[in-house]
Amino acid sequence: MIDALIFYMFACTCVASAVLVITVRNPVHSVLFLILAFFNAAGLFVLLGAEFLAMILVVVYVGAVAVLFMFVVMMLDINFVQLRQGFLEYLPIGGLVGLILLVELITVLGSWVVKPISGTNDTLHTMGSISNTHALGHLIYTHYVYLFQASGIILLVAMIGAIVLTHRNREGVKRQTINDQLRRNPSNSVELRKVEPGKGI
Amino acid sequence: MPLAETPNVIAALPELFLALIVMVSVVLGVFQKGGANEINVKVFRVVFWLSTISITLTAFLLILYAGERTVTFAGLFLSDTYSVFCKILILTGSVITLVIARQFLERHEMARFEYPIIITIATLGMLMMVSANDLISLNLSLELWSLSLYIIAAIRRDDIRSSESGLKYFVLGALASGLFLYGASLIYGFSGTTNFDELSKIFSASTDAKIGLGIIFGITFIIAGLAFKIAAVPFHMWTPDVYEGAPTPVTAFFAVAPKIAALALLIRVMVGPFGDLWAHWQQIIVFLSIASMLLGAFGAIKQYNIKRLMAYSSIGHIGYALIGLANGNEAGVRAVLIYLAIYLVMNIGCFACILAMRKDDRMVENIESLAGLGKSHPLLAAAMAIFMFSMAGIPPMAGFFGKLYIFLAAIENELYLLAIIGVLTSVVASFYYLRIIRIIYFDDIDEPLDKPIDKEIGIVTTFAGLAVLFFFLYPGYLVTKAATAAASLFSG
Repeated sequence: MIDALIFYMFACTCVASAVLVITVRNPVHSVLFLILAFFNAAGLFVLLGAEFLAMILVVVYVGAVAVLFMFVVMMLDINFVQLRQGFLEYLPIGGLVGLILLVELITVLGSWVVKPISGTNDTLHTMGSISNTHALGHLIYTHYVYLFQASGIILLVAMIGAIVLTHRNREGVKRQTINDQLRRNPSNSVELRKVEPGKGI
Repeated sequence: MPLAETPNVIAALPELFLALIVMVSVVLGVFQKGGANEINVKVFRVVFWLSTISITLTAFLLILYAGERTVTFAGLFLSDTYSVFCKILILTGSVITLVIARQFLERHEMARFEYPIIITIATLGMLMMVSANDLISLNLSLELWSLSLYIIAAIRRDDIRSSESGLKYFVLGALASGLFLYGASLIYGFSGTTNFDELSKIFSASTDAKIGLGIIFGITFIIAGLAFKIAAVPFHMWTPDVYEGAPTPVTAFFAVAPKIAALALLIRVMVGPFGDLWAHWQQIIVFLSIASMLLGAFGAIKQYNIKRLMAYSSIGHIGYALIGLANGNEAGVRAVLIYLAIYLVMNIGCFACILAMRKDDRMVENIESLAGLGKSHPLLAAAMAIFMFSMAGIPPMAGFFGKLYIFLAAIENELYLLAIIGVLTSVVASFYYLRIIRIIYFDDIDEPLDKPIDKEIGIVTTFAGLAVLFFFLYPGYLVTKAATAAASLFSG
C-alpha cells in the first residue's frame, strides 16, 4: 500500500515535471524542473532496489545539470532584470518545488529505514546479501579490472590527443606569475611626484 | 572483508611495464618548461630515448617471461607462444621506426615529446590486441591502438595534408569500429559469451545446422571491421591517402607494426573462437585476398609518389598474407608468420631509404627524384634495390621465401586459384618494383639527393639489407619459431 503510494507519487511528479520542462517559457525554470524529474526518477530506481543507479543518476545527472544550468544562464540572453521583477510572483512555485523535493527525500530515506529492501519486485534481488553497488564494484574493479585499466589508458590517449592537436602556445597572453608579484615593492612600482597646484604632470 | 585474489600479472608484465612507462613519460614531458624550440627538442630527446629503451626492454621482458599458454585477468588476457612471436615482431617494428624517425622529426620542427609517447601507447595497444582472449578486451585494445594512430597521422597539425589524412583515417576508422562492434554484439547475442575459449567450445560442439544466421552475420561484420584495420580490399580506400598525407616517419610506422598486429589479431580471432566455422568464413577471406592482390598489383602501376606506391604495395602484401589465413590450418598460419617477419624487415629497410630521400633539406616523395641514386649514393641504392627485388619476390631475396611458403601452403591445401592469382599478381607487381630499380641505376641525375644520410638510417638499412640478402643461408631459425607459434595457436 505504502509502496504503491510512494511509487505513484514519484511517477506522477516525474511525468508532471517532465511535461513542465518543455512547457515553461523560462529556460532556468525548465532546468529546475529537469532536476526535479531526475530526482523522481532516482526515487523510482530506489523503489526498484537499484540504489546504485539512483545514486549515479543524482550524482552525475543532477551534478551535470547544475553545470548545464550555469551554461544556460551564461550563454542565453536572459533579461535578468525582467526576471527579477517577477521574483515574488515565482516564489510560491519555487518554494513548492523545493518543498516537494524535501518531502520526497525524507520519504525515500524514511522508507529505506523502515523497510531496507523496498519495492514490489523482489525477484530482482538475486545477489542474496550483496547489494548491487557491491556487485557492480566487484565486477568492475575485480573481475574486469583489466578492461577498467584499459579504458583508463584510452581516456589518457584521448586527452593527450586533444592537447597535441589543439594546444598552442599563444604569444602575448598575460599570465599571473606569483614570484613577480611577490617581488614587487613600493620602490620599484610606485613613483612619487610632486604635483604643483593647478598643473598636471 | 577478504582481499580479492590477485590475478596472475606475470603474463601481462610487458604490457604493465609499457603502460607505466607511458605514464612516467607523460609526467616527465609535462613538467618540463616548454617554450623555445631548443628546450622542446631537449625534452623530446629525453622522452624519445626513454620510450625507445623501454620498448626494447619490453621485448626482453617478453622473452624472459615467455612460457606456457597462460590465461589471466578472468579469461580476458592470454599469453602463448603465438602472441610472444607476434609481439616481438611488433616491438621490433615500433622501436626501429621510432629510431629512424628522430632526425626527421627534429629537422621538421616536429620534435614534440608527445610523438614517442603516442607511438609507445600504440605499441601497448598492439600488444594488448595480440593477447586479447575476449571480444571486450579485443575491442578496447583495438580502440586504444586506433586512437593513437589517428592522432599520430594528424600530428603535423599545421600541414593540411597531415590533418586531412588524420581526419579521413578517423572517420573511416570509426565506421570500421562500429562495424566490428555490431558484429561482436551479434556474436554475443547469439552465443551468450564473449570469451574466445567459451566461443570455441560452443562452436566445436554444435553442428552446421545449429549455427544460426546471426553468428555468420556477426563473423562477417567482425571480418569487415578488422579488414579495414589491415587495409584489405574492399576496405582499403583510406590507405593511399593516409600514407601519402601523414609525415613519412608516421607512414613508416603505419606500414609495419600496426599491419602485423592487426593481421595477427585477425588470425587469432578467425582460428581461435571461429576456427570450427572455417567453412563459413573461408570464402570471405579468399575474396579479400584475391581483391587485395589484384588491387595491390594494378593500383600501384600508375603511382609516382613513393608513399602512395608503398601503400598499394602493402595492400598487395596483405593479400598474399591472407592466402595463408584462407588455408585455416597450421601450415597456413606458419606461412603467414614467416611472411610477416620478412615483410617487417623489408618494409623497415624500404622506409628507412625513403626517409633518406631529401633534397636541400626537404623531403622529396616523387620516385623520379631517385634518378641517379646509383651514382650518388651507391650503398643506399644497393639497399633500395635489394628491398625492391625482395618485395617483388625474386630469389634469393627473403621476400621470395615469404611468398614461397605461402604458395606452398596454398597448394598443399588445394587452393590452386589463390596460388595462381598470387603468382600472376607478383609478376605484375614486379613491374613497378623493377621500375624503381631502373630509375635508380639507369636514369640520369638531375639533382642528387642530400648527403650524408642520417646515421640511424644508414645502420638500419645496412642491417635490413644484409638480413634480406642472406636470409636464404639460415632460414631455419625463423621457420622453427613460426612453426612453434602456429602450433601453439592450434593447440589452445
